[in-house]
Amino acid sequence: MKRSLAFLTLSVAAFLLLAPVLVALLGATQPSEVIARGSMAWLPGGETARNLGEALTQGAGTAPVWRLLLNSAVMAAGIAAGKIVLSLLSAFALVYFRVRGRGIAFALIFLTLLLPVEVRIVPTYDVVVKMGLSDSMGGLILPLLASATGTLLLRQFMRDLPRELVDAARIDGAGPLAFFWHILLPLSRTSVAALGVVLFVYGWNQYLWPLLIVTRAELDTVIVAVVKMIGTGEAMSDWGAIMAAAILALLPPVIVVLALQRLFVRGLISAEK
Amino acid sequence: MNSTRRGLSALAGGIALPSLARAQAQPIEISLWFSLTRPLSDIVEGFARDFNASQTRFRVVPTFKGVYPESLAAAIAAVRAGNPPHILHAAEIATATLSSAPGVAKPVQDLFQEAGIAFDADDYLPAIRQYYSTPQGKLLAIPFFVPTGVVFYNKDAFRRAGLDPDRPPTTWSGVKEAAERIVAARAAATGISTAWPGMLQLEHLLAFHNQPYATRGNGFQGLDAELVFNNPTAARHFQNLADWQRAGLFKYGGRDFNGDSVFVSGESAIHIAASSVQLRIQREANFASGISTLPYYDDVPGAPVNSIISGSNFWSLAHPRRTADEYRGVAEFLRFITQPQRVFAYTSESWVLPNTRSAFEYGRAQGFYDRTPDALVAYRQVTKQEPTGNSRGIRLGGLTEIRSIVEEELERTLQGGQTGQQALDRARTRGNQVLRNFERTARR
Amino acid sequence: MSREAAAREPFGEAVLPWLLLAPQLAVTGIFFLWPAAWAFWQSFHISDAFGTSLIFVGLENYVLLAEDPLYRDAVVRSFVFASLVAGFALGVGVGLALLVENGARRKRVWQALLTWPYALAPATAGVLWLFLLHPSVGLIGTALVRADTGWDWRINGTQAFLLVVGIAAWKQVAYNFIFAFAALLALPRSLIEAAEMDGAGKARIAWSIQLPLIAPTLFFLIVVNLVYAFFDSFGLIHALTRGGPANATETLVYRAFVDGHVNHDLGRSAAQSVVLLVVVAALTLLQFRAMGRRP
Repeated sequence: MKRSLAFLTLSVAAFLLLAPVLVALLGATQPSEVIARGSMAWLPGGETARNLGEALTQGAGTAPVWRLLLNSAVMAAGIAAGKIVLSLLSAFALVYFRVRGRGIAFALIFLTLLLPVEVRIVPTYDVVVKMGLSDSMGGLILPLLASATGTLLLRQFMRDLPRELVDAARIDGAGPLAFFWHILLPLSRTSVAALGVVLFVYGWNQYLWPLLIVTRAELDTVIVAVVKMIGTGEAMSDWGAIMAAAILALLPPVIVVLALQRLFVRGLISAEK
Repeated sequence: MNSTRRGLSALAGGIALPSLARAQAQPIEISLWFSLTRPLSDIVEGFARDFNASQTRFRVVPTFKGVYPESLAAAIAAVRAGNPPHILHAAEIATATLSSAPGVAKPVQDLFQEAGIAFDADDYLPAIRQYYSTPQGKLLAIPFFVPTGVVFYNKDAFRRAGLDPDRPPTTWSGVKEAAERIVAARAAATGISTAWPGMLQLEHLLAFHNQPYATRGNGFQGLDAELVFNNPTAARHFQNLADWQRAGLFKYGGRDFNGDSVFVSGESAIHIAASSVQLRIQREANFASGISTLPYYDDVPGAPVNSIISGSNFWSLAHPRRTADEYRGVAEFLRFITQPQRVFAYTSESWVLPNTRSAFEYGRAQGFYDRTPDALVAYRQVTKQEPTGNSRGIRLGGLTEIRSIVEEELERTLQGGQTGQQALDRARTRGNQVLRNFERTARR
Repeated sequence: MSREAAAREPFGEAVLPWLLLAPQLAVTGIFFLWPAAWAFWQSFHISDAFGTSLIFVGLENYVLLAEDPLYRDAVVRSFVFASLVAGFALGVGVGLALLVENGARRKRVWQALLTWPYALAPATAGVLWLFLLHPSVGLIGTALVRADTGWDWRINGTQAFLLVVGIAAWKQVAYNFIFAFAALLALPRSLIEAAEMDGAGKARIAWSIQLPLIAPTLFFLIVVNLVYAFFDSFGLIHALTRGGPANATETLVYRAFVDGHVNHDLGRSAAQSVVLLVVVAALTLLQFRAMGRRP
């Protein structure tokens, strides 16, 4: 009895979470003119191939979606890889070295935790433009690398490693870089992968920064471009193609999260806590 | 690279072998940022293609830089970073921003003069020329895609409501009566709709009634202009819109172009919009539509005069390091695209104004206006008379922000939160703050 | 601490650690410290869009913000918005986590079904719901209009606000679920089994044992939800309402974006950035206090 009530509630919740995606899928099967007139049908239509093809190869007032997906993938991978490299190096330096001024270095890195990019939109924009990085992949990625979460996570991970590891390495005569490369990195693999999943999703879903810094249609990310497709109402929205594009835009991070669920949950919880 | 090029052309001049040197030199690249999406972007790209094919010295490279606010922001950033594009395609709303900052744009009339290219600014229709000129009459930018506000109406709905589909109402009281009959006869879900509410329901409204939007000749005479749009005509109109909405006669479809879909979908039967929307209506509407002049209040003395324009233009952006050759390329390209047959071709296709008298004459000689008398409605409305101080246009810094302030306050009125008069009073107070801020930071 | 720490820092090189830190410090300096300092400095000036004139005005930008009733509205609205989103997302997310943990078979399946929206961008969530609820396009939107409900968030500010709250919360349920569920899983089974032996019902166990035990996680979630609602909601609002109608969905971040990037009023936008900075700093400190952790 209780169990069936729980089942029912969970089913309703799962359905409510899924419903808008199902309707988007439905929209992607129907002719845009019909949708725009407000007479969308409750049953799938026969326009899937056209809508999907139009979105992928033409876009809807944007670059073709294959291009947008590629941009998003490069950006998300760049952000994930960049953050991981920076965090690994700095965490290593902070945990395993006796350095003067380490406190200051850590405080500087930690400060970035306080400021999501949304807070410093306009000044960061100005700085990036002055560096000549507007409308470039570098301008898209680099400012988003300033973050402390990865460093904090890996620092904690390295602190929790047994100290015998490093003692053994030193007895073997290994220098710091050899220790980093041959011992620390292999041990960090899972943590790094978990962090990578979270950062990939974070990067893929960026909105405000790409919106500002990209003005060339070929460099748009898919998340921003799908909103642009709805546009300012200058022409009838190609709803069928837009919904096909929206589905394509949400699939990669969703697949990553579902396929690597355990890794992802672990990464998320250790990265944010 | 740049200096090599300059060196080469200097050398060429020195030894008087221009053809040889030119053949060897790379063409000078002229960057053009534009804000039109397909299919209208084809016009700009076609210009560049044709111009590049017509000569070898310059190469125009057009880049789509997002919608107007985005391309303007990008251009501003580029100016700050020291590498502005040669040509910027901008909306009318940015005119004061681009013309007030020293050294940002080179007025096209200066550009042509320096390049020694004959250019007749008086060829432009007065309402267009004046909107884009300095108070002294110097043309700042090349008008490109210039519509004016008009009325579109649904002839089928008119018929269903027992109205004469060939005699649309010309006054606001007539529009209201028609809307009442349309709604009563269920010929359409609602009567009236509008695109660009801040522009068409206030800027155009006041100009058409020969009433000021701001002091100092709507801002043309100086940066110390103050908004005065909260007059009885505008207040009554805003209140009417709210009352009509409550009575189901008017439907607010949002800002920018968003209101257009209310009409195109058949929901409303009388629509105030930019004349260029005709293109979209032809493509998407499944009813017969007509075009007519903007409505006016017939108890306002002297109304209507000519209507003002909106739309976009090409600016020649300046930079200290820019060479005379680069400016020459910009000038040649702008001259190329202002040839009458070219202007006529794209303006008639996209239902904007023909821009110049010569383009209009060219079209007339081709018989275009005999075949398409509807295209004359916007033209006649804009050329009805020599523009007055109120109907030449608006030149206010921060007009983007002022327009959205007006729209915010109009929306508050439509929500029933305040009267039309209160909306305009508040918009005036807020807008004047924008103007004072602009005045302090803009140097003459 | 210090003895242990010293033992943990076996490498004494002077240059290498700084080389290792250099990339991150460079990125932090260039894309964080410089812009932050720039914002602070700019907030005491006004300038034209092109930066050709720059006038020192002291605190004027801040005073104008404080005096602007619309900015004060945006402050209140942002906090109301954030509280509603946080409360709703947390309540539903934790409730679902309890249901899955206490009353469901096939926990992995449910976990997947309730986790995936985490991967959805707020802007995309906005597009999906817009397509469903648009008054003249959406399946449900058009039905609501036909039923004469007066459904039109393009002009009805209350509807627009609730719509944005609803979608923002909808998208954040998954996040709360993930953390609450993980926290519940980590609780020792023995505690709950002992309570069951005492005859306590599921609801009672949830209320008086499980929830108190995961309270630190809940507190952490409140802070994260507030940060999310404040900042990540930008994409959603930009996709859906653009702050309108009549400012009904204008949050502090949206306003800073419009003033800086659309209206080109750099001084005013910079002052807003500094205000936001204070808000985030406060939330972050709250979060660290909640986690009982010090940098």
